[in-house]
Amino acid sequence: MRALLLRDLVLAVRAGGGFGLGLAFFLIVTVLVPFGVGPETGLLTRIAPGILWIGALLACLLSLDRILALDWEDGSLDLLATAPLPLEAIVSVKALAHWITTGLPLVLAAPVLGVLLSLPGPGYLWVFVSLALGTPALSVIGTFGAALTVGLKRGGLLMSLLVLPLYVPTLIFGAEVARRGTEGLSVQSPLLMLAGISFGVIAALPFASAAVLRVNLR
Amino acid sequence: MSIWEYANPVKFIRTADRVLPWLSGAAVICLVTGLIWGFFFTPDDFRQGSTVKIIYLHVPAALMAINAWLMMLVASLIWIVRRHHVSALAARAAAPIGATMTVIALATGAIWGQPMWGTWWAWDPRLTSFLILFLFYLGYMALWEAIENDDTAADLTAILCLVGSVFAILSRYAVNFWNQGLHQGASVMRAGALAGDTEERVSNVFAIPLFVSIAGFVLLFVALVFLRTQTEIRARRARALLARERVA
Repeated sequence: MRALLLRDLVLAVRAGGGFGLGLAFFLIVTVLVPFGVGPETGLLTRIAPGILWIGALLACLLSLDRILALDWEDGSLDLLATAPLPLEAIVSVKALAHWITTGLPLVLAAPVLGVLLSLPGPGYLWVFVSLALGTPALSVIGTFGAALTVGLKRGGLLMSLLVLPLYVPTLIFGAEVARRGTEGLSVQSPLLMLAGISFGVIAALPFASAAVLRVNLR
Repeated sequence: MSIWEYANPVKFIRTADRVLPWLSGAAVICLVTGLIWGFFFTPDDFRQGSTVKIIYLHVPAALMAINAWLMMLVASLIWIVRRHHVSALAARAAAPIGATMTVIALATGAIWGQPMWGTWWAWDPRLTSFLILFLFYLGYMALWEAIENDDTAADLTAILCLVGSVFAILSRYAVNFWNQGLHQGASVMRAGALAGDTEERVSNVFAIPLFVSIAGFVLLFVALVFLRTQTEIRARRARALLARERVA
């Protein structure tokens, strides 16, 4: 398992430039928003948590097809499926590798980019916390979407269509935590719901992804 | 005699042939009665005027949009557990009907909302969850179309349907969270309604044609699912025949 994780991490960093892609996209979105809506500090302060969340989600979506497609093309996915490791574990490790290469940099970069959007003081903590809790769910759900469309030639658009409605609950609760935290309101209930979605998805969805992958490898 | 006999495609087609005329006849009668009664023989509402009459399309369509997904969920489960092809094809046949019902519900809601709420669209929980439901329908149908192998497509869409159901319910309650709705609550079937308490719900003058119209929509949905499943079975058989001819 550790070997597989290391392999995926090394591949992501060295080959294909998938590592920086999400981060660069996130940076572009946050930098472009003030150009689009104007430099008013009050307005930016109000929409900053939401913008950071949407940027992170889109950056995640952008890199999803890299989770499985390359391994599918060169046949290493077939080898992995015959390995002694259960497919559920392989899928989970893939999701973890995707989170470390895409989600984690986003979580760390979000407070820094918050400066550009004039995020108020308590906002930094809550944007960081909500993204740290929410992005693992995005990676795991995305792995499910990638597993569904892995056999298709140009599955990118279809995968976005499939994953988009699945992302909605995570986005709502994540952005709600960030917004309420920024405005100094109580964050308890959306935070609990976000954590519930994240842990529930991490626990249950790899089984669905593995089942889907088995069908596709048949 | 068990229900699983109908998993045999030949038996299913034969039964569907026998039932379909009755089903579609009953659907037409209910729809025509319900809609004409609703549109021409009910009084205008005290405040909403004649716009209230869109309820005879809006409520049944919204109801069937959700029930169609439920039916697909059951059919997908049967496919996963018992591998009856008719069940997978029935789920496939129901998806476009459900999507159409969702569009009807959203469109009639917008047409009613424009004069009543002063807006075509609001990010209200019910409206938003219907939009998400529509996205689920689109993704489900697109996945069916995208995969060439029939069994693979049936397996993948069935799992998508199961996972999607969980997330659809999650979104339904998630959207409740950030916004108090503009949409009115349930007013047709209330707890006190059966006890004859008419204070808190839609009056019988409107409710009875509405129930006739709902029955019409249910019958229409069942008839369409039968018809489309039959077509899917026949199309698959035709493809198999063509493939066999090419080989011979």
